Amino acid sequence: MAASPEGASAPVAAPVATPVAAPARPGLGLQGLAALLLCQSLGEVLARGLNLPLPGPVLGLLVALALLSWSPVRASIAAAAEMLLQHLSLLFVPVGVGVVTHVALLSQYGLRMALVLLLSTLVGLAVTGLLLQALLRHQPPAELPTVNELDSDRP
Amino acid sequence: MKTGMSSFVELWVYLAASPLFGLTATLVVYLLAQAFYSRMQQAPWANPVLWSVLVLAGLLAATGTTYPSYFAGAQFIHFLLGPAVVALAWPMWQRRVELRQRWPALVLAAGVGGAAAAASAVLAGWALGLPLDVLASLAPKSVTAPVAMGVAEQLGGIPALAAVFAVLTGLVGTVFAKYLFDALGVQRPEARGFALGTVSHGIGAARAMQVNPVAGAYAALALGLQVVLGALLLPLLVPPLLVWLTRT
Repeated sequence: MAASPEGASAPVAAPVATPVAAPARPGLGLQGLAALLLCQSLGEVLARGLNLPLPGPVLGLLVALALLSWSPVRASIAAAAEMLLQHLSLLFVPVGVGVVTHVALLSQYGLRMALVLLLSTLVGLAVTGLLLQALLRHQPPAELPTVNELDSDRP
Repeated sequence: MKTGMSSFVELWVYLAASPLFGLTATLVVYLLAQAFYSRMQQAPWANPVLWSVLVLAGLLAATGTTYPSYFAGAQFIHFLLGPAVVALAWPMWQRRVELRQRWPALVLAAGVGGAAAAASAVLAGWALGLPLDVLASLAPKSVTAPVAMGVAEQLGGIPALAAVFAVLTGLVGTVFAKYLFDALGVQRPEARGFALGTVSHGIGAARAMQVNPVAGAYAALALGLQVVLGALLLPLLVPPLLVWLTRT
């Protein structure tokens, strides 16, 4: 789904090979992108109009989640979502480069910030991992990703 | 010769100022970083986001390009973060059966784990004497970057700094998670993936999806849950903590 090793050697082929139920209708990804943007816009309208404390895209996620139960839009949303999430890590690069705008702050507090980030990330990972493993200890191992008519053929 | 040189400089000035440069550089550097990552057998330290950021930051410094003129092009990629957050509905919907069956455990783990990451960051930062707006920018760092920026703004932090912290948290978690989980005996792929998605958001989830499909699915689930829980709970929980810390 995200940046796959195949994506590196064949970056152009990867999104085209989006594993949606064959035969994929052309334009499915574009319809899906339009649907995602509509959900996001609706989320923004809801967030501003109702003064909700949630960011627009998060409300958009909830709208999309509700919309996915409606089968006519499922295939197109799936196609666009698979493509976006396959390249999710790329989307963080422009913001990450923004580190150059905080050089003053970083040179003053950089070491302490690094320490805080390292410590809190390890604490969070340990707490989440140990807690969920304990909570699931009586449950059978998860199966491979669910198979349904629109599911990907991930290995 | 001199005119050739100066016209080259002119050309460069034109290119650097046009959005073409930021967009092209981001895409090309990322593709190279990804090729390097797969050449290194996807070793955590070879993370493509980490190396893309370092190379692009170096490129900006070497060419004297300002961040705003770089971002004029890179914003087209950056913009897709919003639809990508909405797109998380799809992996969540795919795992809806498990979400329904295991939701108490999953919501509890995401909530407690996310709170532990945020609280330990604020407390450690406070103990080390970081200023208040930096603490407020640290709190939402486990929520994926676009949402973290919005939450940081609500908390009185610096949105751009929050985004950088979020990306760095993603990278730190991705680099160290394997060793930490092995040391602590967290063996189940569900727990490993879910923890990565909860704490290291999109960057951790991208890593989990490459390593193991079950871990990847749970990471995507955690990422979606964390986006909702973080945006909902952090604005309620962090301000009292900050107030309490400033009073002590």
